Amino acid sequence: MEYHLKTPLKKEDIEKLSAGDIVYLSGEILTARDEAHARILEMGEKKEELPFSMEGAVIYHCGPLMKQTENGWKVVSAGPTTSGRMSKMTPPFLKAHQVRAIIGKGGMKDVADALKNRSVYLAYTGGCAALAAELIKEVKAVHWLDLGMPEAVWVLRVEEFGPLIVGIDTKGKDIFAEIREKAQKQLEKQG
Amino acid sequence: MSTKINRESFIRSIADLLRKAEIELPDDVVNALRKAEAAEENQVAKSQLQAILKNLEIAKKYRVPMCQDTGIMIFFAEIGSEFQPGFDLEAAIREAVALATAEIPLRPNAVDPLTRKNSGNNLGVGIPDIHWKIVPGNQLKITAAPKGAGSENMSALRMFNPTETGSIKNFVLETVVNAGGMPCPPLTIGVGIGGSFDAAARLAKEALLEPLDAPMEGLEREIFEAVNALGIGCMGLGGSTTALAVRVKTAHCHTASLPVAVNIQCWANRHASVVFGGDE
Repeated sequence: MEYHLKTPLKKEDIEKLSAGDIVYLSGEILTARDEAHARILEMGEKKEELPFSMEGAVIYHCGPLMKQTENGWKVVSAGPTTSGRMSKMTPPFLKAHQVRAIIGKGGMKDVADALKNRSVYLAYTGGCAALAAELIKEVKAVHWLDLGMPEAVWVLRVEEFGPLIVGIDTKGKDIFAEIREKAQKQLEKQG
Repeated sequence: MSTKINRESFIRSIADLLRKAEIELPDDVVNALRKAEAAEENQVAKSQLQAILKNLEIAKKYRVPMCQDTGIMIFFAEIGSEFQPGFDLEAAIREAVALATAEIPLRPNAVDPLTRKNSGNNLGVGIPDIHWKIVPGNQLKITAAPKGAGSENMSALRMFNPTETGSIKNFVLETVVNAGGMPCPPLTIGVGIGGSFDAAARLAKEALLEPLDAPMEGLEREIFEAVNALGIGCMGLGGSTTALAVRVKTAHCHTASLPVAVNIQCWANRHASVVFGGDE
């Protein structure tokens, strides 16, 4: 199935998605990778308020390449980064915030449970940064530039962002885990 | 002194070389991706390969880096023993990296390993990483190979017992399975066997630069077929194209050791070369 969704995502928008479906997203997405995840969790512990809203948010595991122009920031190249690095931080992150979708690449180990009935994991083709940049129409804001360009939180407006493959759905089905399991079996057979 | 080159034009050439490496893949890599797309029967994997090919077209059309992870700057330099630049080559290469970072632009990726502070210009202690080799002749050949972290992080090195040559294939397979979709397959897999702890890693990295269209033989083919039977596929979403090629390089090693390094390269096997001097 193919879906075209708009942010902020509602629970019913993502509950209908099944692993393997294709999604195109329009609206607002927030980039966050290693350092931003760490800071969001740290601020949560200290009960400090974030400078951006996470209600129904879509988080994009991405450290974009940006260029500052006279008219503000411009996206040069903005593909997904390896989600696996955020695996450990994601369950507490999802518990604290009503994030509805995570976009990344490569999947995440042991997060299917944390995503259940809450959120989906959407896989975007790794390295396809020029293609992604074409679909990002506006840089709406940037937070935490002190973390460096790749680690900062960029608020982006996207149109028909995709194709995104539903990698982990709200029912706990995880394509990456299934394929890893099969590969492991094949490895044992060959070894 | 016929090999003397102009410092400013050298810096320009190296910055242009980086631009080329970041925007366009070598023909052999593009052809391997096209072949993979044509052969792939898994529809999800096929859609990913099509996105990759489309991305390459857009990068080329708008002259923008194909991936936002523009890598850390790695150079392989073969300098002829009769080549006399007349200036500090390493300083000039560093200047070219800073220039390319600002003008292409490239993402600033170089950070202090402990404080994680970003230098802002892709320069740092030991970065760019320049591998010098002195060769006969009066030319200087420089290959730029910007390396992204997603695939580099999935690489592995193991010091085997000398009697364990039969375990090498399994080690490569284990490395690929652990990596899953994280290093952005379809991969080029560089395997360095022998040398020493660091020499094996260097061999593995050099192996990534070998042309992908040359036939694979012996252990290369054996590993290649086993890797593609794993079913990890493009981006770890399944299918038959986990690797585009496996390249093995060997060196003699100590009788008591067997170092094996596996350097994982994402589909964006970026590299470009330029030659200075000579008789042209």
